Amino acid sequence: MKKTLSAILAAAMCCTLVLAGCSQTSPAPGSGTASGAGSDKVIELDMYFPVSVGGGPDAIISGLCDQFHSEYPGIKVNPVYAGTYAETRTKVLSAIKSGDTPAIALMFSIDLHSLLSMDVLYDYDQFCKTDEDKTWLNGFYDGFMENSRTGGKTYGIPWQRSTIILYYNKDAFKEAGLDPEAPPANWQELKDYAKKLTKTENGTTTRYGIQIPSDKAGYAYWMLQTFCNQENGFNLMNEDGDEVYFNDPRTIKGLEFWKSLSDDGSQPAGTSAWSTTPTDFIEQRAAMIYHTTGNLTNIRKNAKFDFGTAMLPADESRGSPTGGGNFYLFKGVPEEETQAAYTFIKWMTGDPDRVAQWSIDTGYVATRPEAYETDLLKNYAKDFPQALTARDQLEYAHAEFSVYDQGNVQDILDTAIEAVMTRQMSAADAMAQAQDKADGILKQYK
Amino acid sequence: MKTLSPGTAGRAAALPRGQQKKTPIDRELRRKWKTTLLAWGVLLPSLLFLGTFTIYPILSSLIKSFYKDDLATVIPRFIGLQNYTGLLNDPIFAKSFFNNLLVAVCTVPTSIALAVAMAVFTNKVIAGKGIVRTAFFYPTILPMVAVANIWLFIYTPIYGLASYLNPAWRILGNPDTAIWGLIVMLNWKQAGYLMIFYLSGLQGIPSELYEAAMIDGSGPLQTFRNITWPMLQPTTLYITIIALTNAYKTVDHLYIMTKGGPNNSTNMLLFYIYQVGFDFWDTGKASAMTIVLIVLLLTATCVYFFTQDKKTFYN
Amino acid sequence: MKKNTGVHLTPGRLFVYVLMCLLAVIYLIPLLWMVRTAFIPSGLALQPFAFAWPTFGNLEHILNVAPFSLYYANTIFIVFCTLAVQFVLITLAGYVFARLDFFGSRVLFVLFLTQLMISPDVLILPNYQLMQRLNLVNTRAGVMLPFFASAMGTFFMRQSIKTIPYELEEAAKMDGCGLLRMLVQIYVPLLKPAYAAFGLISVSFHWNDFLWPLVMINSVGKRPLTLGLAIFAMSSETGAQWSDVCAATFLVVCPLLILFFVFQQQFVESFIHSGIK
Repeated sequence: MKKTLSAILAAAMCCTLVLAGCSQTSPAPGSGTASGAGSDKVIELDMYFPVSVGGGPDAIISGLCDQFHSEYPGIKVNPVYAGTYAETRTKVLSAIKSGDTPAIALMFSIDLHSLLSMDVLYDYDQFCKTDEDKTWLNGFYDGFMENSRTGGKTYGIPWQRSTIILYYNKDAFKEAGLDPEAPPANWQELKDYAKKLTKTENGTTTRYGIQIPSDKAGYAYWMLQTFCNQENGFNLMNEDGDEVYFNDPRTIKGLEFWKSLSDDGSQPAGTSAWSTTPTDFIEQRAAMIYHTTGNLTNIRKNAKFDFGTAMLPADESRGSPTGGGNFYLFKGVPEEETQAAYTFIKWMTGDPDRVAQWSIDTGYVATRPEAYETDLLKNYAKDFPQALTARDQLEYAHAEFSVYDQGNVQDILDTAIEAVMTRQMSAADAMAQAQDKADGILKQYK
Repeated sequence: MKTLSPGTAGRAAALPRGQQKKTPIDRELRRKWKTTLLAWGVLLPSLLFLGTFTIYPILSSLIKSFYKDDLATVIPRFIGLQNYTGLLNDPIFAKSFFNNLLVAVCTVPTSIALAVAMAVFTNKVIAGKGIVRTAFFYPTILPMVAVANIWLFIYTPIYGLASYLNPAWRILGNPDTAIWGLIVMLNWKQAGYLMIFYLSGLQGIPSELYEAAMIDGSGPLQTFRNITWPMLQPTTLYITIIALTNAYKTVDHLYIMTKGGPNNSTNMLLFYIYQVGFDFWDTGKASAMTIVLIVLLLTATCVYFFTQDKKTFYN
Repeated sequence: MKKNTGVHLTPGRLFVYVLMCLLAVIYLIPLLWMVRTAFIPSGLALQPFAFAWPTFGNLEHILNVAPFSLYYANTIFIVFCTLAVQFVLITLAGYVFARLDFFGSRVLFVLFLTQLMISPDVLILPNYQLMQRLNLVNTRAGVMLPFFASAMGTFFMRQSIKTIPYELEEAAKMDGCGLLRMLVQIYVPLLKPAYAAFGLISVSFHWNDFLWPLVMINSVGKRPLTLGLAIFAMSSETGAQWSDVCAATFLVVCPLLILFFVFQQQFVESFIHSGIK
């Protein structure tokens, strides 16, 4: 019996050993990021980043990180592609919550309030000591800084930033007897043109006049913002991010207009997917779409017809929210890592040529006015004037929807939009309900 | 197969050994204590893992479900049953709950019916048995994530295969049809797996029964109704519970295909737990939902356990 | 068509035969559709009846943009480490429940039953919090640990061990065999079909598991295949890259399918005869 017992114990030990072996093969969190190989100390930083558009920006970011490493051999930035913006937020928050805080991350500009409420962000002002640093910090478009600054301090550095623009198929315009150089300028024209551009064969629609993505996996709330902003710059939330205006008549008016496009039959019924909307445009299944300017390069590469871009049609005014990702610096990591991350961010966003090239490669708006003065971007815009639409629209740009507990409140709004677009609720009811829910959450932050 | 396992044989054989020596009762007891020590020792590693990663998490969820713990709350505070009452007023929770029931009701009987048909059919010696069986079984071994990718493409309006059946379909974009699209896919994925259990069950039916039926001149349908189906009853019960719990656990496809939308028409409890716990960071609420899910699973299994002949387990 | 002795081909049987074959074809369509799209030049992917010679361009492209070989290595590592530990633990536990009469056996049995009902994949949130405290978030060990003890495997082994005549064990004990040696020498060889069947279940479960790795793994280098595939599919948000997504899906399922097609007879047979109820 004793023999057997000791044998059992041995077996148990074996299990434990296997276990230990397993955990050894994967370094403990925290230790992995800072450890450099060899005698030269290399600071390694994991940088989570999202991609929400085509055209391979992930490959470009990897390339830039490599280039940075060759110029600064002491710092290595490992880009970690983490999916969409929402998934990146999930990953970064979970990393922070499990004590594995990254020094740097490229995240949604609108996560600012949520991150601030967790007290995990450094402001950039404290690092900007020289005049050169300050020039850099003050050299971005104001439109993009709206989502990056609060309480007089800067917490985010704009990088992959965008506005929403109208893409339209010029061939389809000609076919429908419309002037291909005169895209719709206001809501009424948008509605009329969309009707004319809709093509039906044997009772099924083969080409929709307009398609504005409205699914939760995409950015339904962002599209709703366009209609709000176009009513004299009305926005869905206040600057502090603790109040929302979902049940405002202007919000309801915008949402109802959006839905009326579907009621006309000139926009697909139900929700349209963010991800397939550009495909539908490229395949000429939709003659006009609203989408991020970050998709410009992708569409340019794949569209086999003449297409144009334009500022969004106006109601009482023009308007579009900005969007996209900022660089953040996180507290709770060794100072040298923060310094390395700061160096990297400045390198990425400070050089006008680099910013210009990034804009050309992706379609994102170059975040600094000086980038538009570079030969690179000037020559590009000469051949491809569509590249300037988003920049010109910046004049009418407003802050993207950003509140405390962003994930939760955004989900409430997205769900309400889906309910309206799928005809399950009226715009007024859905928005009133969403307002109640959002108020319940936001009251904790006042 | 339980028919082959006279489980009591081992114990029955063990007892006479003790009695042969005609030991007094206290020696028999000491013997049992020794065995107990051995048994617990052998089970120790399993118990350790089981306790740490199943029992403890259940208890910790239970405790956390009484606390308010979200992004706005720095230090969790006790709020009694508020998380649970909050769930009662949460339409998304209700919707997810209902969807879980709907998926269970629509996948369990359908995939069982499909599985029986497949098993009975491929059990016979027919040409191409291997190929047909493979065709039915292969979806089982594909990762749900891969399956979701394939079916997302199939359901994509305009370009997907489904749109060639009817170009007006926007299956996943319409809250009335989205869940049905997923249910079709789930049946496709699951039936082959259940078929295997039925194939196994069919092996256990004595061929004499069929011979006798044939002598009686019983037709194929009659034979199925009178012999095959009743003989498969234990398998069916077991499969029901597998399919039922699967209906609650399978949510990977939601991440790829719908994220629970449109308008939460495809959301399910486990996915909602993921959203609330990891997207919204409302730990208290997610814990309460975890407890609800646990209770649901326990109820389902207990119902099975008590309707089933307990000997299957204890013998 | 081969006929079973005594079974005649009636119209009814023919109808069933055709019907089931049709069902089989329907079952295969998603696979064929995926393979077609994976190998068609990406420009033609959206035209269902387009014909073109297969190209490896899509596969090449995705291998360049995502480290699928690394994902493979991670999945294989996770799956087989889990399986190895499971084999040891379920054999021991299965034996105890099958053969030993001891105090507390019922209580422990119910404890195991609990896991059969509430498997760790339901407990993502509390298990994740536990892993945070154990500092095991973003480790492969953390992904595996909750699955080391398998109630299903234990029951499975228990049932299988009971089918083995007790006399064999008695004979071994007479020879002075210890418990471990007896298990290894007598039971393990006889339990091979049971191992095969449980192995298949376990491997296919962990190969396909997604939600748990999704919350646990942060680094690219530790992602298993399912997670890598899902994130890759997400990156083609513009939707224009269906051929890439299908190529990646193909890459992930291909080895499984080949293995299955080659060994399908053994797989299915071992399953059928292993004594799963």
